[in-house]
Amino acid sequence: MSSRFRNSFAACAMLALLCSCGRERRQESGKTDVPPIVKSASPDTVFLGSSPPPVDRRAAAFEGNADAIAKGQQLFLWMNCVGCHGRGGGGMGPALMDDQWRYGGRIDQIASTIAEGRPNGMPSWRAKLTDEQIWQLAAYVRTLSGQVRKDAVGARTDTMSNTPPQTQIPPEPVKPADSARQ
Amino acid sequence: MIRRGAFLAGAAAVLSGCNRYQTSLGGEAAESANFLRLFWTFMAVCTLMYVLLVGGMLIALWRSRKAREALVVENGRHHASAPILRPLLIGWAALILVGLSALAIASFVTDRSNAANASHPKLVVTVTANQWWWDVQYSLQGTTTALRTANELHLPVGVPAEVILESNDVIHSLWIPNLAGKQDLIPGRVNDLQLWPKKTGLYRGQCAEFCGLQHAHMALDVTVESKTDFARWLTAQKRPAFAPQGPVETAGYRYVTSRACASCHTVSGTQAGGTVGPDLTHFASRRSIAAGTRPMDRGNLTAWVADPQGLKPGTNMPKIPMRRDEVRAVVAYLERLK
Repeated sequence: MSSRFRNSFAACAMLALLCSCGRERRQESGKTDVPPIVKSASPDTVFLGSSPPPVDRRAAAFEGNADAIAKGQQLFLWMNCVGCHGRGGGGMGPALMDDQWRYGGRIDQIASTIAEGRPNGMPSWRAKLTDEQIWQLAAYVRTLSGQVRKDAVGARTDTMSNTPPQTQIPPEPVKPADSARQ
Repeated sequence: MIRRGAFLAGAAAVLSGCNRYQTSLGGEAAESANFLRLFWTFMAVCTLMYVLLVGGMLIALWRSRKAREALVVENGRHHASAPILRPLLIGWAALILVGLSALAIASFVTDRSNAANASHPKLVVTVTANQWWWDVQYSLQGTTTALRTANELHLPVGVPAEVILESNDVIHSLWIPNLAGKQDLIPGRVNDLQLWPKKTGLYRGQCAEFCGLQHAHMALDVTVESKTDFARWLTAQKRPAFAPQGPVETAGYRYVTSRACASCHTVSGTQAGGTVGPDLTHFASRRSIAAGTRPMDRGNLTAWVADPQGLKPGTNMPKIPMRRDEVRAVVAYLERLK
């Protein structure tokens, strides 16, 4: 084996290893770059007539990170989101696994919805959770409708589930909730 | 240099076994005493066999030259063996049989004895393992609610207790070497462990199944105390939390009950009712914080409240952005929760 071949092989292997780092990186609370949760990032109507601003790079990092999604899943159970939203299928609250988003389906919009609360029952979690935890929850909520890259979601849920594994959910198109009526 | 380092390392390893706080050679409960007896039985039998075996080999080595010279093969059979060898080999086989049988019987008797101890538990405690802390609940007679505490186990001496073991996330294992052997805590299953403590004292339990990042910082403070002390402790634990005194503690009380703390922690008698994290009702009466990570004192408590990830990286308690006076107030209030 020539030394040049060996070197380039090593470089490729190194590159391949480094590429996978972001997805698996553990988020230690307080040491992650947490973007602020913008209050007005919520309803799609805010952006009428102009295109919405791009998603913050740091916010996007949350939904590509396996650790954030796993922690979000844990919080979804612990904070009793299940009580109203079921395991994503909805109940007293709206479903989170379909293509209807009353207040926007982007991660920053979902985080804003969790932080601020919404009419008809969704409480505000701003003082009850840290911003980081809200981003983690939002990242997990995105996985329920298959929005997140498949190598970051867990193949199994922590609990019993009657839905296909998240790795096999095709992404639902993100539409505002009233789009069907328009 | 290397030799001195090796000596120090060896000495440290040997001396670390000297404390009575966490040792399987203590025998402070009926179970561990049984196991200890079994251990010494095994040790005696195995040592005897080992000495005999090595002795026999040495004799064989010493005799080998003479034996080889005298070896004559006739019709494919060895005739030159000394006449004593045959009875010796038969005796050896018999000794192995007797030794193994003795060990099997001793194991059986130990098992039966422990099972017999378990038949009449007088106290039922449920221990639920979480990453990385222990949730402890006492079932009280005459009530439907259980008394909840965390990371500490109080047992009255001489009272057989049944510990019911459950897990909320991954497989853990509860090991209090002074009192009993290990038992796994498996999600979705209910295991149990029998403890019949015979001597009062402070012991340390430890998670004995790798359960994640902070597996090493998952300890359980065990207190075996007299029946009156236990009754006193139980009465104190049944009370709701103490009310805050003075403006600083009141500020801490307001923060704990209205902010993120209350999402996970319970302080009974207040608005804080989360069940995700350890119960804090009588937090300051415990010996350590964060499941045995640090001893309970104001410095450690401040460090823990200000940045849990600094003390126990990876723990599920997040770093909450707090002002300095808020940290001080929360710590002051937590210290009130005796």
